[in-house]
Amino acid sequence: MMALRAILLRDMRIAVRIGGGALMGVLFFLVVVTLIPFAIGPDLALLKRIGPAILWLGALLASLLALDRLFAADHEDGSLDLILMGAAPLELTVAAKGFAHWITTGLPLVVAVPVLGLLLDLDPAAMGVVALTLLVGTPALTFIGLIGAALAVALRRGGLLLPVLVLPLTVPVLIFGVSAAEAAIVGPVPFGTPFTILCALTLASLVIGPFAAAATLRHGLD
Amino acid sequence: MALIDLANPTRFLGFAERAMPWLVAATVFAFAIGLEQALFVAPDDYQQGATVKIMFLHVPSAWLGMFGWGLMSIAALGTLVWRHPLADVAAKAAAPIGAAFTFLCLFTGSMWGRPMWGTYWVWDARLTSELVLLIMYLGVIALWRSVEDPGRAGRAAAVLTLVGAVDLPIIKFSVDWWNTLHQPASVFRLGGSTIDKSILVPLFAMAIAFTLLFVTLHVAAMRNEILRRRVRGMRMLQARAQEG
Amino acid sequence: MNLGPHAVFIVASYAAAFVVVAGLIAWVYFDFRAQRRALGDLEAHGVTRRSSDIKEPA
Repeated sequence: MMALRAILLRDMRIAVRIGGGALMGVLFFLVVVTLIPFAIGPDLALLKRIGPAILWLGALLASLLALDRLFAADHEDGSLDLILMGAAPLELTVAAKGFAHWITTGLPLVVAVPVLGLLLDLDPAAMGVVALTLLVGTPALTFIGLIGAALAVALRRGGLLLPVLVLPLTVPVLIFGVSAAEAAIVGPVPFGTPFTILCALTLASLVIGPFAAAATLRHGLD
Repeated sequence: MALIDLANPTRFLGFAERAMPWLVAATVFAFAIGLEQALFVAPDDYQQGATVKIMFLHVPSAWLGMFGWGLMSIAALGTLVWRHPLADVAAKAAAPIGAAFTFLCLFTGSMWGRPMWGTYWVWDARLTSELVLLIMYLGVIALWRSVEDPGRAGRAAAVLTLVGAVDLPIIKFSVDWWNTLHQPASVFRLGGSTIDKSILVPLFAMAIAFTLLFVTLHVAAMRNEILRRRVRGMRMLQARAQEG
Repeated sequence: MNLGPHAVFIVASYAAAFVVVAGLIAWVYFDFRAQRRALGDLEAHGVTRRSSDIKEPA
Protein backbone atom coordinates (compact mmCIF):
# COMPACT_ATOMS: atom_id res chain seq x y z
CA MET A 1 0.00 0.00 0.00
CA MET A 2 2.84 2.33 0.87
CA ALA A 3 4.53 1.46 -2.41
CA LEU A 4 1.39 2.27 -4.38
CA ARG A 5 0.99 5.58 -2.63
CA ALA A 6 4.63 6.37 -3.34
CA ILE A 7 4.21 5.63 -7.04
CA LEU A 8 1.06 7.73 -7.17
CA LEU A 9 2.70 10.75 -5.54
CA ARG A 10 5.88 10.38 -7.57
CA ASP A 11 4.02 10.32 -10.87
CA MET A 12 1.94 13.29 -9.89
CA ARG A 13 5.02 15.27 -8.92
CA ILE A 14 6.82 14.43 -12.15
CA ALA A 15 3.77 15.43 -14.16
CA VAL A 16 3.72 18.97 -12.82
CA ARG A 17 7.43 19.58 -13.20
CA ILE A 18 9.64 20.34 -16.17
CA GLY A 19 8.70 18.27 -19.20
CA GLY A 20 5.78 16.81 -17.30
CA GLY A 21 2.80 17.75 -19.37
CA ALA A 22 0.14 18.09 -16.67
CA LEU A 23 -1.48 21.22 -18.06
CA MET A 24 -0.48 20.54 -21.65
CA GLY A 25 -3.57 18.39 -21.97
CA VAL A 26 -5.80 21.32 -21.16
CA LEU A 27 -3.91 23.55 -23.57
CA PHE A 28 -4.34 20.99 -26.33
CA PHE A 29 -8.03 20.73 -25.46
CA LEU A 30 -8.28 24.50 -25.92
CA VAL A 31 -6.42 24.31 -29.24
CA VAL A 32 -8.72 21.61 -30.61
CA VAL A 33 -11.85 23.50 -29.57
CA THR A 34 -10.43 26.65 -31.19
CA LEU A 35 -9.59 24.82 -34.42
CA ILE A 36 -13.08 23.48 -35.03
CA PRO A 37 -14.70 26.88 -35.76
CA PHE A 38 -11.89 27.64 -38.20
CA ALA A 39 -12.91 24.54 -40.13
CA ILE A 40 -16.66 24.63 -39.69
CA GLY A 41 -17.22 28.37 -39.72
CA PRO A 42 -18.32 30.67 -36.94
CA ASP A 43 -21.97 29.64 -36.98
CA LEU A 44 -22.75 29.73 -33.25
CA ALA A 45 -26.03 27.86 -33.58
CA LEU A 46 -24.30 24.93 -35.27
CA LEU A 47 -21.44 24.96 -32.76
CA LYS A 48 -23.93 24.93 -29.90
CA ARG A 49 -25.67 21.88 -31.34
CA ILE A 50 -22.49 19.85 -31.81
CA GLY A 51 -20.81 21.36 -28.75
CA PRO A 52 -20.93 18.22 -26.57
CA ALA A 53 -19.41 16.18 -29.39
CA ILE A 54 -16.61 18.74 -29.91
CA LEU A 55 -15.81 18.75 -26.22
CA TRP A 56 -15.77 14.96 -26.04
CA LEU A 57 -13.51 14.66 -29.09
CA GLY A 58 -11.15 17.30 -27.75
CA ALA A 59 -10.97 15.61 -24.35
CA LEU A 60 -10.38 12.23 -25.99
CA LEU A 61 -7.48 13.50 -28.09
CA ALA A 62 -6.02 15.49 -25.18
CA SER A 63 -6.16 12.45 -22.88
CA LEU A 64 -4.10 10.46 -25.33
CA LEU A 65 -1.33 13.04 -25.47
CA ALA A 66 0.51 12.43 -22.24
CA LEU A 67 0.00 8.69 -22.38
CA ASP A 68 2.91 7.71 -24.59
CA ARG A 69 5.40 9.03 -22.06
CA LEU A 70 3.71 7.17 -19.24
CA PHE A 71 5.91 4.08 -19.37
CA ALA A 72 8.50 5.24 -21.88
CA ALA A 73 9.98 7.81 -19.49
CA ASP A 74 10.34 5.18 -16.77
CA HIS A 75 11.80 2.73 -19.26
CA GLU A 76 14.48 5.22 -20.32
CA ASP A 77 15.79 5.95 -16.86
CA GLY A 78 15.54 2.38 -15.64
CA SER A 79 12.82 2.84 -13.07
CA LEU A 80 10.49 0.59 -15.05
CA ASP A 81 12.81 -2.33 -14.36
CA LEU A 82 12.71 -1.49 -10.66
CA ILE A 83 8.94 -1.37 -10.78
CA LEU A 84 8.80 -4.76 -12.48
CA MET A 85 11.06 -6.27 -9.84
CA GLY A 86 9.20 -4.69 -6.96
CA ALA A 87 7.14 -6.45 -4.34
CA ALA A 88 3.83 -4.78 -5.16
CA PRO A 89 1.71 -6.54 -7.79
CA LEU A 90 2.43 -5.02 -11.18
CA GLU A 91 -1.29 -4.65 -11.93
CA LEU A 92 -1.78 -2.41 -8.90
CA THR A 93 1.33 -0.38 -9.67
CA VAL A 94 0.17 0.17 -13.22
CA ALA A 95 -3.25 1.16 -11.90
CA ALA A 96 -1.60 3.66 -9.54
CA LYS A 97 0.26 5.22 -12.47
CA GLY A 98 -2.97 5.36 -14.42
CA PHE A 99 -4.71 7.05 -11.53
CA ALA A 100 -1.92 9.62 -11.27
CA HIS A 101 -2.22 10.27 -15.00
CA TRP A 102 -5.97 10.79 -14.71
CA ILE A 103 -5.62 13.22 -11.81
CA THR A 104 -3.00 15.33 -13.57
CA THR A 105 -4.31 15.10 -17.13
CA GLY A 106 -7.93 13.92 -17.17
CA LEU A 107 -9.35 15.88 -14.25
CA PRO A 108 -8.10 19.28 -15.51
CA LEU A 109 -9.95 18.58 -18.77
CA VAL A 110 -13.19 18.21 -16.83
CA VAL A 111 -12.51 21.49 -15.03
CA ALA A 112 -11.86 23.22 -18.37
CA VAL A 113 -15.28 22.25 -19.78
CA PRO A 114 -17.22 25.30 -18.48
CA VAL A 115 -14.70 27.72 -19.99
CA LEU A 116 -14.58 25.94 -23.34
CA GLY A 117 -18.34 25.49 -23.30
CA LEU A 118 -18.59 29.27 -23.21
CA LEU A 119 -16.68 29.45 -26.48
CA LEU A 120 -19.22 27.06 -27.99
CA ASP A 121 -22.22 28.93 -26.61
CA LEU A 122 -23.44 26.03 -24.46
CA ASP A 123 -26.00 26.59 -21.71
CA PRO A 124 -24.83 26.08 -18.14
CA ALA A 125 -26.96 22.94 -17.90
CA ALA A 126 -25.35 21.50 -21.02
CA MET A 127 -21.90 22.35 -19.70
CA GLY A 128 -22.70 20.58 -16.45
CA VAL A 129 -23.85 17.44 -18.18
CA VAL A 130 -20.85 17.29 -20.49
CA ALA A 131 -18.56 17.81 -17.50
CA LEU A 132 -20.30 14.98 -15.63
CA THR A 133 -20.02 12.53 -18.53
CA LEU A 134 -16.37 13.47 -18.97
CA LEU A 135 -15.75 13.04 -15.25
CA VAL A 136 -17.02 9.48 -15.53
CA GLY A 137 -15.55 8.82 -18.97
CA THR A 138 -12.00 10.19 -18.72
CA PRO A 139 -10.83 7.45 -16.33
CA ALA A 140 -11.92 4.95 -18.97
CA LEU A 141 -9.91 6.82 -21.60
CA THR A 142 -6.83 6.80 -19.37
CA PHE A 143 -7.11 3.18 -18.33
CA ILE A 144 -7.75 1.92 -21.86
CA GLY A 145 -4.82 4.05 -22.92
CA LEU A 146 -2.60 2.19 -20.44
CA ILE A 147 -2.73 -0.80 -22.73
CA GLY A 148 -1.47 1.18 -25.70
CA ALA A 149 1.18 2.89 -23.57
CA ALA A 150 2.48 -0.48 -22.43
CA LEU A 151 2.52 -1.77 -25.99
CA ALA A 152 4.41 1.29 -27.17
CA VAL A 153 7.16 0.60 -24.66
CA ALA A 154 7.22 -3.14 -25.27
CA LEU A 155 7.40 -2.75 -29.02
CA ARG A 156 9.76 0.21 -28.81
CA ARG A 157 7.70 2.15 -31.34
CA GLY A 158 6.53 5.68 -30.83
CA GLY A 159 4.76 8.14 -33.02
CA LEU A 160 1.21 7.46 -34.03
CA LEU A 161 1.18 3.81 -33.05
CA LEU A 162 -0.30 4.54 -29.65
CA PRO A 163 -3.25 6.59 -30.89
CA VAL A 164 -3.92 4.13 -33.71
CA LEU A 165 -4.06 1.26 -31.23
CA VAL A 166 -5.99 3.00 -28.51
CA LEU A 167 -8.56 5.06 -30.38
CA PRO A 168 -10.66 2.14 -31.67
CA LEU A 169 -10.85 0.80 -28.13
CA THR A 170 -12.15 4.12 -26.84
CA VAL A 171 -14.96 4.37 -29.39
CA PRO A 172 -17.62 2.83 -27.11
CA VAL A 173 -16.72 5.31 -24.37
CA LEU A 174 -17.02 8.16 -26.85
CA ILE A 175 -20.36 6.94 -28.19
CA PHE A 176 -21.99 6.56 -24.81
CA GLY A 177 -20.40 9.71 -23.39
CA VAL A 178 -21.77 11.94 -26.14
CA SER A 179 -25.01 10.03 -26.17
CA ALA A 180 -25.51 10.58 -22.45
CA ALA A 181 -24.78 14.30 -22.80
CA GLU A 182 -27.16 14.63 -25.75
CA ALA A 183 -29.83 12.65 -23.92
CA ALA A 184 -29.77 15.09 -21.02
CA ILE A 185 -29.78 18.14 -23.31
CA VAL A 186 -32.31 17.24 -25.99
CA GLY A 187 -33.64 13.76 -25.16
CA PRO A 188 -35.65 11.69 -26.06
CA VAL A 189 -33.65 8.82 -24.58
CA PRO A 190 -33.57 9.12 -20.80
CA PHE A 191 -30.17 10.20 -19.50
CA GLY A 192 -29.81 7.17 -17.26
CA THR A 193 -29.61 4.61 -20.05
CA PRO A 194 -26.43 5.64 -21.81
CA PHE A 195 -24.98 7.02 -18.59
CA THR A 196 -25.11 3.71 -16.72
CA ILE A 197 -23.51 2.00 -19.69
CA LEU A 198 -20.79 4.64 -19.59
CA CYS A 199 -20.24 3.93 -15.91
CA ALA A 200 -20.06 0.21 -16.66
CA LEU A 201 -17.48 0.80 -19.39
CA THR A 202 -15.35 2.82 -17.00
CA LEU A 203 -15.54 0.22 -14.25
CA ALA A 204 -14.60 -2.51 -16.69
CA SER A 205 -11.66 -0.52 -18.01
CA LEU A 206 -10.39 0.06 -14.47
CA VAL A 207 -9.88 -3.70 -14.25
CA ILE A 208 -9.02 -4.73 -17.80
CA GLY A 209 -6.62 -1.88 -18.46
CA PRO A 210 -4.12 -2.59 -15.68
CA PHE A 211 -4.25 -6.35 -16.22
CA ALA A 212 -3.64 -6.07 -19.95
CA ALA A 213 -0.95 -3.43 -19.51
CA ALA A 214 0.82 -5.42 -16.82
CA ALA A 215 0.78 -8.56 -18.95
CA THR A 216 2.19 -6.60 -21.88
CA LEU A 217 4.99 -5.15 -19.79
CA ARG A 218 5.88 -8.48 -18.28
CA HIS A 219 6.05 -10.40 -21.51
CA GLY A 220 7.02 -7.63 -23.85
CA LEU A 221 10.09 -6.49 -22.01
CA ASP A 222 11.87 -9.80 -21.85
CA MET B 1 26.00 54.59 -16.86
CA ALA B 2 24.90 53.79 -20.37
CA LEU B 3 21.87 51.63 -21.10
CA ILE B 4 24.14 48.99 -22.56
CA ASP B 5 25.71 48.48 -19.12
CA LEU B 6 22.43 46.96 -18.04
CA ALA B 7 23.40 43.97 -20.16
CA ASN B 8 25.47 42.73 -17.28
CA PRO B 9 23.21 40.68 -14.98
CA THR B 10 24.83 41.94 -11.80
CA ARG B 11 24.47 45.54 -12.90
CA PHE B 12 20.87 44.84 -13.80
CA LEU B 13 20.22 43.50 -10.33
CA GLY B 14 21.64 46.70 -8.90
CA PHE B 15 19.49 48.77 -11.23
CA ALA B 16 16.40 46.74 -10.31
CA GLU B 17 17.07 47.21 -6.62
CA ARG B 18 17.27 50.98 -6.99
CA ALA B 19 14.45 51.33 -9.50
CA MET B 20 11.81 49.15 -7.86
CA PRO B 21 10.63 51.58 -5.16
CA TRP B 22 10.23 54.32 -7.77
CA LEU B 23 8.41 52.07 -10.19
CA VAL B 24 6.05 50.84 -7.50
CA ALA B 25 5.32 54.36 -6.33
CA ALA B 26 4.72 55.58 -9.87
CA THR B 27 2.40 52.66 -10.58
CA VAL B 28 0.33 53.19 -7.46
CA PHE B 29 0.07 56.91 -8.16
CA ALA B 30 -0.93 56.31 -11.80
CA PHE B 31 -3.63 53.84 -10.75
CA ALA B 32 -4.98 56.26 -8.18
CA ILE B 33 -5.47 58.83 -10.91
CA GLY B 34 -6.60 56.32 -13.52
CA LEU B 35 -9.20 54.65 -11.31
CA GLU B 36 -10.53 57.97 -10.12
CA GLN B 37 -10.92 59.07 -13.72
CA ALA B 38 -12.41 55.79 -14.89
CA LEU B 39 -14.84 55.19 -12.06
CA PHE B 40 -15.91 58.68 -11.03
CA VAL B 41 -15.06 61.25 -13.66
CA ALA B 42 -15.87 59.44 -16.89
CA PRO B 43 -19.45 60.04 -18.00
CA ASP B 44 -21.83 57.31 -19.06
CA ASP B 45 -21.87 56.70 -22.77
CA TYR B 46 -25.16 57.69 -24.40
CA GLN B 47 -25.37 54.30 -26.09
CA GLN B 48 -23.67 51.93 -23.69
CA GLY B 49 -24.39 53.46 -20.33
CA ALA B 50 -22.02 52.66 -17.51
CA THR B 51 -20.63 49.56 -19.25
CA VAL B 52 -18.23 51.86 -21.08
CA LYS B 53 -16.25 51.64 -17.83
CA ILE B 54 -15.31 48.10 -18.82
CA MET B 55 -13.50 49.57 -21.79
CA PHE B 56 -11.02 51.25 -19.42
CA LEU B 57 -9.85 47.75 -18.46
CA HIS B 58 -10.42 45.96 -21.76
CA VAL B 59 -8.52 48.26 -24.13
CA PRO B 60 -5.36 48.70 -22.00
CA SER B 61 -5.27 44.92 -21.42
CA ALA B 62 -5.45 44.35 -25.16
CA TRP B 63 -2.65 46.85 -25.81
CA LEU B 64 -0.45 45.33 -23.12
CA GLY B 65 -1.06 41.78 -24.33
CA MET B 66 0.25 42.79 -27.73
CA PHE B 67 2.97 44.95 -26.20
CA GLY B 68 4.16 41.91 -24.27
CA TRP B 69 4.53 39.82 -27.40
CA GLY B 70 6.25 42.74 -29.16
CA LEU B 71 8.68 43.00 -26.26
CA MET B 72 9.30 39.26 -26.42
CA SER B 73 9.92 39.55 -30.18
CA ILE B 74 12.57 42.22 -29.71
CA ALA B 75 14.12 40.10 -26.97
CA ALA B 76 14.02 37.12 -29.36
CA LEU B 77 16.05 39.12 -31.88
CA GLY B 78 18.40 39.94 -29.04
CA THR B 79 18.87 36.25 -28.32
CA LEU B 80 19.20 35.02 -31.88
CA VAL B 81 20.98 37.89 -33.61
CA TRP B 82 23.00 39.74 -31.00
CA ARG B 83 23.38 37.04 -28.32
CA HIS B 84 22.53 39.61 -25.68
CA PRO B 85 22.99 38.00 -22.27
CA LEU B 86 19.76 39.32 -20.76
CA ALA B 87 17.58 38.88 -23.83
CA ASP B 88 16.11 35.53 -22.95
CA VAL B 89 15.71 36.58 -19.32
CA ALA B 90 13.58 39.47 -20.56
CA ALA B 91 11.59 37.17 -22.84
CA LYS B 92 10.90 34.54 -20.21
CA ALA B 93 9.87 37.14 -17.64
CA ALA B 94 7.49 38.89 -20.03
CA ALA B 95 5.52 35.81 -21.08
CA PRO B 96 3.32 35.22 -18.00
CA ILE B 97 2.61 38.94 -17.66
CA GLY B 98 1.56 39.27 -21.30
CA ALA B 99 -0.53 36.12 -21.04
CA ALA B 100 -2.32 37.46 -17.96
CA PHE B 101 -3.22 40.70 -19.73
CA THR B 102 -4.39 38.84 -22.83
CA PHE B 103 -6.63 36.68 -20.65
CA LEU B 104 -7.96 39.78 -18.90
CA CYS B 105 -8.69 41.34 -22.29
CA LEU B 106 -10.69 38.29 -23.36
CA PHE B 107 -12.56 38.12 -20.03
CA THR B 108 -13.47 41.81 -19.86
CA GLY B 109 -14.37 41.69 -23.54
CA SER B 110 -16.73 38.85 -22.76
CA MET B 111 -18.25 40.84 -19.89
CA TRP B 112 -18.69 43.79 -22.24
CA GLY B 113 -20.07 41.69 -25.06
CA ARG B 114 -22.83 40.04 -23.06
CA PRO B 115 -24.83 43.20 -22.31
CA MET B 116 -23.89 44.89 -25.60
CA TRP B 117 -24.20 42.11 -28.18
CA GLY B 118 -26.12 39.52 -26.19
CA THR B 119 -23.39 36.89 -26.29
CA TYR B 120 -20.34 36.04 -24.19
CA TRP B 121 -18.36 34.98 -27.23
CA VAL B 122 -18.46 35.11 -30.97
CA TRP B 123 -15.98 33.68 -33.43
CA ASP B 124 -15.17 36.87 -35.23
CA ALA B 125 -11.75 37.83 -36.55
CA ARG B 126 -10.56 40.05 -33.71
CA LEU B 127 -11.72 37.86 -30.81
CA THR B 128 -10.38 34.73 -32.48
CA SER B 129 -6.98 36.23 -33.23
CA GLU B 130 -6.77 37.46 -29.63
CA LEU B 131 -7.63 33.94 -28.41
CA VAL B 132 -4.92 32.59 -30.71
CA LEU B 133 -2.51 35.06 -29.07
CA LEU B 134 -3.43 33.66 -25.65
CA ILE B 135 -2.87 30.10 -26.87
CA MET B 136 0.52 31.12 -28.28
CA TYR B 137 1.47 32.71 -24.96
CA LEU B 138 0.53 29.52 -23.11
CA GLY B 139 2.46 27.52 -25.68
CA VAL B 140 5.64 29.54 -25.27
CA ILE B 141 5.32 29.32 -21.47
CA ALA B 142 4.96 25.54 -21.83
CA LEU B 143 8.06 25.53 -24.04
CA TRP B 144 10.07 27.44 -21.43
CA ARG B 145 9.01 24.89 -18.82
CA SER B 146 9.77 21.84 -20.93
CA VAL B 147 13.49 22.35 -21.54
CA GLU B 148 15.76 22.25 -18.53
CA ASP B 149 18.70 24.21 -19.89
CA PRO B 150 17.80 27.92 -19.96
CA GLY B 151 19.99 28.67 -22.97
CA ARG B 152 18.42 26.02 -25.18
CA ALA B 153 14.95 26.88 -23.98
CA GLY B 154 15.63 30.53 -24.78
CA ARG B 155 16.64 29.88 -28.34
CA ALA B 156 13.67 27.62 -29.02
CA ALA B 157 11.29 30.14 -27.48
CA ALA B 158 12.87 32.95 -29.51
CA VAL B 159 12.11 31.23 -32.80
CA LEU B 160 8.55 30.47 -31.75
CA THR B 161 8.05 34.06 -30.60
CA LEU B 162 9.18 35.57 -33.89
CA VAL B 163 6.95 33.26 -35.91
CA GLY B 164 4.01 34.09 -33.66
CA ALA B 165 4.59 37.82 -34.05
CA VAL B 166 2.72 37.60 -37.34
CA ASP B 167 -0.49 37.43 -35.26
CA LEU B 168 -0.02 40.99 -33.97
CA PRO B 169 -0.82 42.87 -37.20
CA ILE B 170 -3.67 40.44 -37.80
CA ILE B 171 -5.21 41.41 -34.47
CA LYS B 172 -4.72 45.09 -35.08
CA PHE B 173 -6.11 45.18 -38.58
CA SER B 174 -8.66 42.36 -38.29
CA VAL B 175 -11.47 44.76 -37.60
CA ASP B 176 -10.66 46.59 -40.84
CA TRP B 177 -10.00 43.61 -43.07
CA TRP B 178 -13.03 41.57 -42.13
CA ASN B 179 -16.63 42.46 -41.30
CA THR B 180 -16.73 41.79 -37.62
CA LEU B 181 -19.03 42.24 -34.67
CA HIS B 182 -16.23 44.00 -32.79
CA GLN B 183 -16.17 47.73 -33.34
CA PRO B 184 -13.63 49.16 -35.79
CA ALA B 185 -10.53 51.08 -34.77
CA SER B 186 -11.45 54.21 -32.93
CA VAL B 187 -8.36 55.25 -30.97
CA PHE B 188 -5.28 54.82 -33.08
CA ARG B 189 -6.29 55.53 -36.61
CA LEU B 190 -5.33 57.84 -39.43
CA GLY B 191 -7.33 61.01 -39.11
CA GLY B 192 -7.34 61.01 -35.33
CA SER B 193 -9.45 59.34 -32.73
CA THR B 194 -13.21 59.21 -33.00
CA ILE B 195 -13.77 58.93 -29.27
CA ASP B 196 -14.86 61.92 -27.24
CA LYS B 197 -12.19 63.47 -25.03
CA SER B 198 -14.16 62.82 -21.84
CA ILE B 199 -13.74 59.09 -22.47
CA LEU B 200 -10.31 59.28 -24.06
CA VAL B 201 -8.66 60.92 -21.04
CA PRO B 202 -9.62 58.19 -18.53
CA LEU B 203 -8.68 55.60 -21.14
CA PHE B 204 -5.17 56.99 -21.52
CA ALA B 205 -4.85 57.42 -17.76
CA MET B 206 -5.62 53.74 -17.21
CA ALA B 207 -3.36 52.77 -20.13
CA ILE B 208 -0.45 54.62 -18.55
CA ALA B 209 -1.17 53.02 -15.18
CA PHE B 210 -1.32 49.52 -16.66
CA THR B 211 1.86 50.11 -18.66
CA LEU B 212 3.72 51.18 -15.54
CA LEU B 213 2.40 48.07 -13.83
CA PHE B 214 3.71 45.93 -16.69
CA VAL B 215 7.14 47.53 -16.50
CA THR B 216 7.31 47.14 -12.72
CA LEU B 217 6.26 43.49 -12.85
CA HIS B 218 8.64 42.83 -15.72
CA VAL B 219 11.67 44.30 -13.95
CA ALA B 220 10.81 42.32 -10.82
CA ALA B 221 10.32 39.12 -12.82
CA MET B 222 13.61 39.62 -14.64
CA ARG B 223 15.33 40.05 -11.30
CA ASN B 224 13.76 36.78 -10.07
CA GLU B 225 14.85 34.95 -13.22
CA ILE B 226 18.46 36.14 -12.85
CA LEU B 227 18.44 34.94 -9.25
CA ARG B 228 16.91 31.64 -10.30
CA ARG B 229 19.71 31.04 -12.81
CA ARG B 230 22.29 31.86 -10.14
CA VAL B 231 20.70 29.33 -7.81
CA ARG B 232 20.77 26.74 -10.57
CA GLY B 233 24.42 27.44 -11.34
CA MET B 234 25.40 27.23 -7.70
CA ARG B 235 23.46 23.99 -7.21
CA MET B 236 25.26 22.47 -10.16
CA LEU B 237 28.61 23.54 -8.73
CA GLN B 238 27.59 22.10 -5.38
CA ALA B 239 26.69 18.79 -6.99
CA ARG B 240 30.02 18.70 -8.80
CA ALA B 241 31.89 19.46 -5.61
CA GLN B 242 30.10 16.70 -3.75
CA GLU B 243 30.80 14.04 -6.28
CA GLY B 244 34.48 15.01 -6.52
CA MET C 1 -22.20 55.46 -8.24
CA ASN C 2 -25.04 54.17 -10.35
CA LEU C 3 -23.74 51.46 -12.63
CA GLY C 4 -26.97 50.93 -14.47
CA PRO C 5 -28.74 47.69 -15.38
CA HIS C 6 -25.55 45.83 -16.31
CA ALA C 7 -23.74 46.50 -13.07
CA VAL C 8 -22.85 42.83 -12.50
CA PHE C 9 -20.72 42.78 -15.66
CA ILE C 10 -18.87 45.95 -14.71
CA VAL C 11 -18.20 44.66 -11.21
CA ALA C 12 -17.11 41.27 -12.56
CA SER C 13 -14.65 42.95 -14.91
CA TYR C 14 -13.05 45.08 -12.22
CA ALA C 15 -12.99 42.13 -9.83
CA ALA C 16 -11.26 39.99 -12.46
CA ALA C 17 -8.73 42.74 -13.10
CA PHE C 18 -8.03 42.93 -9.38
CA VAL C 19 -7.57 39.17 -9.11
CA VAL C 20 -5.27 39.01 -12.14
CA VAL C 21 -3.12 41.91 -10.97
CA ALA C 22 -2.99 40.58 -7.40
CA GLY C 23 -2.02 37.18 -8.78
CA LEU C 24 0.84 38.64 -10.81
CA ILE C 25 2.11 40.62 -7.84
CA ALA C 26 1.90 37.54 -5.62
CA TRP C 27 3.78 35.45 -8.19
CA VAL C 28 6.60 37.98 -8.45
CA TYR C 29 6.78 38.48 -4.68
CA PHE C 30 6.78 34.84 -3.60
CA ASP C 31 9.20 33.84 -6.34
CA PHE C 32 11.57 36.55 -5.12
CA ARG C 33 11.35 35.24 -1.57
CA ALA C 34 11.96 31.66 -2.73
CA GLN C 35 15.03 32.58 -4.77
CA ARG C 36 16.47 34.67 -1.95
CA ARG C 37 15.96 31.82 0.48
CA ALA C 38 17.61 29.34 -1.89
CA LEU C 39 20.57 31.66 -2.38
CA GLY C 40 20.83 32.12 1.38
CA ASP C 41 20.85 28.35 1.96
CA LEU C 42 23.50 27.79 -0.66
CA GLU C 43 25.72 30.55 0.63
CA ALA C 44 25.34 29.20 4.17
CA HIS C 45 26.70 25.89 2.92
CA GLY C 46 29.73 27.63 1.58
CA VAL C 47 28.80 27.30 -2.07
CA THR C 48 30.02 30.18 -4.19
CA ARG C 49 29.53 31.02 -7.83
CA ARG C 50 33.14 30.41 -8.80
CA SER C 51 34.04 26.91 -9.92
CA SER C 52 37.63 27.61 -8.87
CA ASP C 53 36.41 27.67 -5.29
CA ILE C 54 35.32 24.05 -5.35
CA LYS C 55 37.02 22.61 -2.34
CA GLU C 56 38.82 19.32 -2.66
CA PRO C 57 37.34 16.57 -0.45
CA ALA C 58 39.10 16.38 2.89
